Amino acid sequence: MNHDPLPEVEVALAGRTPAGRRRFLRSALASVAVAGLSACKMEEFLGRNYRELSRDELGSILARLEQKHSAGYGKAVRVGNEAAQPGVDFGYGLDLSRCIGCRRCVYACVKENNQSRTEPQIHWIKVLELNKEHGVDLGHADAYYEADEVPRPGHFYMPVQCQQCAHPACVKACPVGATWKEPDGIVVVDYDWCIGCRCCMSACPYGARRFNWAEPNLPKEEMNPDTHYLGNRPRPKGVVEKCTFCIQRVRKGRYPACVEICPVGARKFGNLLDPQSEIRQVMETKRVFVFKEELRTEPQFYYFYAT
Amino acid sequence: MAGIFEFAKGSFRLITRGGPAYAAWVGALLVGVVIGLFGYAQQFRAGLIATNMRDQVTWAFYIGNFTFLVGVAAAAVLLVIPAYVYQWKPIKEVVILGELLAISAIVMCLLFVLVDMGRPDRLLHIVPLLGSPNWPNSLLAWDALVLNIYLVINVLVVVHILYAGYRGRPYNHRFVIPLVLASIPMAVGIHTVTAFLYNGMAARPYWNASILAPRFLASAFCSGPAVLLILFQVLRRTTGLEIKNEAIWKVAELMAYAMFFNLFLLGAELFKEFYSATEHLTYTRYYWFGIGEHRALVPYAWGSLVASLVAFLLFLIPKTRQHWITLNLGCVLIWAGVYVEKGIGLVLPGMTPDTLGEIYDYTPSLVEWTVALGVFCVGFLVFTALVRVAVPIMSGTFRHPGASAQPAVP
Amino acid sequence: MSDPMPRQGARSVALAVFAGAAAIAVAAPPPPPPPTPRPSASPSRAEERLEVPPPPFSEGIFPCTGCHADLPVNRTRRTLTEMHDDIDLRHDEQHRWCLDCHDATDRDWLHLASGDRVPFEESYRLCGQCHGDKYRDWRAGIHGRRVGEWNGPRMYLLCVHCHNPHSPAFKALKPEPRPQRPSEIRR
Repeated sequence: MNHDPLPEVEVALAGRTPAGRRRFLRSALASVAVAGLSACKMEEFLGRNYRELSRDELGSILARLEQKHSAGYGKAVRVGNEAAQPGVDFGYGLDLSRCIGCRRCVYACVKENNQSRTEPQIHWIKVLELNKEHGVDLGHADAYYEADEVPRPGHFYMPVQCQQCAHPACVKACPVGATWKEPDGIVVVDYDWCIGCRCCMSACPYGARRFNWAEPNLPKEEMNPDTHYLGNRPRPKGVVEKCTFCIQRVRKGRYPACVEICPVGARKFGNLLDPQSEIRQVMETKRVFVFKEELRTEPQFYYFYAT
Repeated sequence: MAGIFEFAKGSFRLITRGGPAYAAWVGALLVGVVIGLFGYAQQFRAGLIATNMRDQVTWAFYIGNFTFLVGVAAAAVLLVIPAYVYQWKPIKEVVILGELLAISAIVMCLLFVLVDMGRPDRLLHIVPLLGSPNWPNSLLAWDALVLNIYLVINVLVVVHILYAGYRGRPYNHRFVIPLVLASIPMAVGIHTVTAFLYNGMAARPYWNASILAPRFLASAFCSGPAVLLILFQVLRRTTGLEIKNEAIWKVAELMAYAMFFNLFLLGAELFKEFYSATEHLTYTRYYWFGIGEHRALVPYAWGSLVASLVAFLLFLIPKTRQHWITLNLGCVLIWAGVYVEKGIGLVLPGMTPDTLGEIYDYTPSLVEWTVALGVFCVGFLVFTALVRVAVPIMSGTFRHPGASAQPAVP
Repeated sequence: MSDPMPRQGARSVALAVFAGAAAIAVAAPPPPPPPTPRPSASPSRAEERLEVPPPPFSEGIFPCTGCHADLPVNRTRRTLTEMHDDIDLRHDEQHRWCLDCHDATDRDWLHLASGDRVPFEESYRLCGQCHGDKYRDWRAGIHGRRVGEWNGPRMYLLCVHCHNPHSPAFKALKPEPRPQRPSEIRR
């Protein structure tokens, strides 16, 4: 009845680690599961936390997802699983003196990351229009500005997305460990483990997390087939998602989509551990601040003024 | 073993049969449950979009009800302490009813969390060993644990005492007393952990106040007993159960102290917010005065305050405390006051304005109302069934055929 | 949206090209070629060549010598009336005019204040004469837009891809639609 292809040594060790205990208990539970629920189904029902999957298990899950999404979206969908590159810790810079609030980044992100287009509309980036008179005062922030031309006089713009905090409040709050910080600094969500309690959304000081209030609405023809398991693969209803710095791109060396689209070049990205990287250049030569610094979340997303 | 079977059969008979008033009550609750099921079916199919919660207000009516009911559940301890620790007889006789209320309240709590989940199918992910609860960091993981332990403790105590009563035997002190003693810190624990769930969120200044847990406890010690006081009177009239006036008045007196403490803590919090008048005042201001045209919660805020103040005075003055009309009026006012304070008054201003300053005036959708109705009806059904079995045992009319005739009041 | 360059930018870069042209057409610049995926090992930065997309010439306008080779050089500062009269110079126009940047003897080149000639592909050096801080930031990757790899080959857009050299202030854009309000998200 044990469906885990575990080598014997691992079985012997199974009770020692929490994951092993869990696995053992599950197998035991699965074994006694009666009333037409086979052990196999039980495993599927319980699911698996990404971080506890063996390489083989992950491989078969990725293959299953690729098959499912390729059939569902009518194109060859790739569900990648690129790991963090060693010696890399990502940082992001946003030049408030340049941003004009055109929202190109918002929609480039939606397209790249397969967000639900409508009902519910999901945007990972929210551009705030602020008054120059009041500075960064959220009491005067408006994300719903409409204009024929931006920037509007007397205003400046502050796009907000996941700040990939070094001490993420959301990760602390998640009751099931479905969200965590990767070695390269990206905070990710396991969409197959999230229970949809939205604790992380309450905990996030940046309003960066989005919930799939209904089955996401992603048109087949607009679906981006180059995906990552922890990033832009299609999400189910009832789970939380957020910006991942375009994990499917940056782990392969590319810039995030919002960096490339920004018409004013306000968005900067790179490796914080590399003194020559663009983001380090920003931090060393410009006036930089992090949003809600007093909360000590230590964002890896830096706002700066180049002029 | 045969005894247990007989006990179950007898209990079933007690629950399913009754006079017209009982039948009407149970029938009404069942209708409520069915309505709730329809609402939940719709929500389950469509997703939580069927509620009016959105990314700006991610917790709302369901979680507000959950928080309020945790208080109700915790309040059973108020009766347990004098009953078991000080052996105060008049309360000891009715303490089991407090525990039954705690069980029903916890059932409702768990249901409110369940209906609030985006993926109820993944409930097991939070279960120790089966899932991966995020200990010690996540307060919700702790909350789920302590709520379930509290539920189990209360179920064990209640079942043991009732079954012993059914068999005409005295209950086993060595089994019950440690559990009861354990349930006292647990009761404080469930409410404290629930308070910490909010308290720990630095992103929400309205919640991020260390006064939150004491306030939770103080208000819980008002709202929980309020239900019981009304229930005691109903049972006295409809069953042969004897509940002494002193017990009721004593509980009411304790509630007055609790309410004083609750109002005092509220005042301390309001002073700090308004006197320092930092940007953190925004949330308090939204609740009490509104911001611009966003004034949805203002009537609730003041209504709740007035209700709590009036109830406090009614329970403080011995004359009104011991007068049945004013006593019951006080109970209703306390319920209303604390329900608003803990539900709407705690959750919504914490989320409004949201972390980026946006104000979304949330009001529950029809689906949320129906689902909440359903959950409350389930809770009341559970409570009704438990009381229906417990009362005849307490009064000695429901007995195992072989049991001694001596009444076995817990 | 799919347009890698905003329309304003496109117009301004088209205007940027002028020497000897009979007509100036509005044309989108070629989209920057996609970065070639390469193993993440990057060349050391000192020897890294600045990769730029071709300057945003309008079709048929370059080489400028196509017309100017046969024309006499007139160094008198004046208002142009016969040709290039659509150019509205708003770039320190009090002090400067065409031949401060365009080389009078060979119109296919620009020149620095020193007289050194600079090809259009390296126009950033010309801009950098005055805007040294921006030039430094641009080289460091702080100013301007680029596409490609954060740790590998990347394409630097030229100053003139975004700023019309004759009127360099960045032009306002029409914003994309606002997000739905929470109350508008309904089933």
